[in-house]
Amino acid sequence: MVKKLFTGNKATAYGAMLARAQVVAAYPITPQTTIVERIADLVAEGKMKAKYVMVESEHSAMAASIAASNTGARAFTATSSHGLALMHEVLMWAAGARTPVVLVNVNRAMGPPWSVYADHQDAMSERDSGVIQFWAENNQEIMDSVIMAYKVAENKDVLLPAMVNQDAFFLSHTSEPVDVPDQEIVDQYLPPFETTVKLDVDDPKGFGSFIMPPQYMEFRGHMARSMDKAREVIKKADKEWEELTGRSYGGMMDMYKCEDAEFILFGAGTMMSTAKDVVDTLRKEGRKVGIARLRVFRPFPVDEIRYLADRAHAIGVLDRTFTFGYGGPLFNETNSQMYNHGKSPKTKNYIVGVGGRDVRQKHFRAIFDDLEKVAKEGYGKEGEVHWWGLLDGTTPEEEL
Amino acid sequence: MELPPRRNFEEVNDMAKLTIPEDELMRPGHMGCLGCGATQAMRFVLKAAGRKTILSIPACCWAVMPGVWPNTCLEVPELYTPFETTGASISGIKAALEVLGKDDVNVIGFAGDGGTADIGLQALSGVADRNDDVLYIMYDNEAYMNTGIQRSGSTPIGAWTTTTPVGTTQAWEKSPKKSVADIMIAHRIPYVATASAAYPEDLIRKVNKALSIKGTKFIQIFAPCPTGWKMDPGLTVKIGKEAISSRAFSLYEVEGGAIKINMKPKKTPLKEYLFKQGRFKHMPDYLINELESDLDSKWEELLFKEECSQKMLKKK
Amino acid sequence: MPMTIDEIPPTPMNTQDSRVVKTGGWRAFKPICDNSKCIKCWTCWKFCPDVAIAIGEEGPIYDYDHCKGCGICANECPVKCIEMIPENK
Repeated sequence: MVKKLFTGNKATAYGAMLARAQVVAAYPITPQTTIVERIADLVAEGKMKAKYVMVESEHSAMAASIAASNTGARAFTATSSHGLALMHEVLMWAAGARTPVVLVNVNRAMGPPWSVYADHQDAMSERDSGVIQFWAENNQEIMDSVIMAYKVAENKDVLLPAMVNQDAFFLSHTSEPVDVPDQEIVDQYLPPFETTVKLDVDDPKGFGSFIMPPQYMEFRGHMARSMDKAREVIKKADKEWEELTGRSYGGMMDMYKCEDAEFILFGAGTMMSTAKDVVDTLRKEGRKVGIARLRVFRPFPVDEIRYLADRAHAIGVLDRTFTFGYGGPLFNETNSQMYNHGKSPKTKNYIVGVGGRDVRQKHFRAIFDDLEKVAKEGYGKEGEVHWWGLLDGTTPEEEL
Repeated sequence: MELPPRRNFEEVNDMAKLTIPEDELMRPGHMGCLGCGATQAMRFVLKAAGRKTILSIPACCWAVMPGVWPNTCLEVPELYTPFETTGASISGIKAALEVLGKDDVNVIGFAGDGGTADIGLQALSGVADRNDDVLYIMYDNEAYMNTGIQRSGSTPIGAWTTTTPVGTTQAWEKSPKKSVADIMIAHRIPYVATASAAYPEDLIRKVNKALSIKGTKFIQIFAPCPTGWKMDPGLTVKIGKEAISSRAFSLYEVEGGAIKINMKPKKTPLKEYLFKQGRFKHMPDYLINELESDLDSKWEELLFKEECSQKMLKKK
Repeated sequence: MPMTIDEIPPTPMNTQDSRVVKTGGWRAFKPICDNSKCIKCWTCWKFCPDVAIAIGEEGPIYDYDHCKGCGICANECPVKCIEMIPENK
């Protein structure tokens, strides 16, 4: 194991190399570009034994990845925001075709107006595509997650595509020390991709033709079952990785000081590292606070949310995006999982950091204060969905 | 369910008369309409390509014709893929075969005219640009037939379709047939050809030739659609032949920038070709004359290109 | 009978021979060959879009389970020895 200074994108490229991805089809988009550049370098230098297909769009990137996976090769691609949106149709196809393609999405805002900065709308909008979603907090987690994603996606009980999410620039272009595992360790963890369900001239089959209503539902049922089974597979994969490398990401959810926490913030991505620091400070002040960081968005961490529900007086849900229906996606899903659970603490939705806006320590401190106030006095003038720091002329100082 | 054994060729003395390969890789029981030219095209392509072939089929008639799940009439592996992805899909298959060390398998994209000339043009351009070692076949029935006869970029001037319904305002197809073959020639890929399901020997020769060349190959196959063209399904072959003789469609191949016209039959009147099909029945004489002179000048252009090509080859 | 979810593999795959579908039921006109006139050129076989003609000793052998009766064989036969007969006769 060697410790190296890697950006999130370089960690992504090395993750794909260590996972021995055989076909890479990708199209450049800011801030994902350095992933495809690094992979091109690794292939050109002969370090990565893969065929790099320089496609003309993200749509084609995923289409070529599905075809490669269906032919029996381990396929990898990477994209961001608009690229992911263009892929939408083919992501659904990858899931329906049961091809364990792994992609990395650098979370970036959707236009207009054009923005290349961190925002979770791109990936959260893929919540119904049938794609497993991992969410990384740092560059080490990105690299480990790419390897782990193949382990989960290629599991016979799962066979679904998987996406690893990392925040634009906060991770993609920021260097951090990363433990690069030895190839032997990764090989021990991740065996070669083998499947009998593939395009084979000696055993010809058709993949994905027309079907009538009496049987379509069963295929969707299979996908739902596999997604359910993926929860245990993910926990096992996390444990096995910990045994080999000493690193675990909490299985389905990364919980930080939640056991006895009365007030918990639940959210995704890099901003949760800042939130953990704030928890350390507040704990010293005697406040029982904790952080639940989204590790897996699909399948949704149902048991973990209910575990939090059993403990917390109130849960603040941070969304770095909005559904434009009501609230943010994490808020809605969190509430849904508690409704029939029997115990549901008060929840409040904080829309934060949209389009790459900084979410600072002072914000988390103020959010914890606000959450405690909500638990005691009920919702204030913002109601249960609070656009934190929205400049409307009356924004309080602590939100700026 | 017990099936009768595959009825293949019985040993007969005059087998020598067969002008196309006897092996069948397409089975009966498919969902193609009566007299479907696209099914003939598939049958001929597979006869040429053989068993060591992987097909990629986007949304098109052929996405449905092999049979409703779990049936298939094809004896080669086939990957169904979204409408606009044929070009990318065959690249992915080929890339995987390369890394897996399987270099003896033909990869063929088999897409309709809408999936090629319109929605799939970008991915087709992508694969041609990369010059990946694949064959792309566009079976051309001149409209979106599977979705119910809507006009495509490949629909010829004057044609009725459900989206160019003529009506009382002469709302027939107004723009000329997009020449995808010309677009592919402009990509400078090693082999571009046009073929017709009415001339299987020529078609099979072209598929064989294409598969012997490394790089991206493109073949456009003219495939009459009795349902969409509102014609007698028994006339598929006749109309296919008349399309060539009336110059509505031409058979040629382009290799190394040099064009060769494969068939120069005696000219037959365009009107005879058009009026065998209900989709052209409304066409007034002036429009037919306009179209005919347009096709004639296109034919002259083709002859001129061939002449230039011969000169170019002599220089080499 | 539709299959249960446990009988269906998760990947949508087409593996069954399409000949289970008897497309002969679509036919309105039935091709009948007069073998005495047949010159065994196999043009009918060549153009059949339904792969419903086999080469026989005496002439074409029709697979009426699958022949849709398009009439291409009758139209293309150079000696006109194939006749299309209405099915209800």
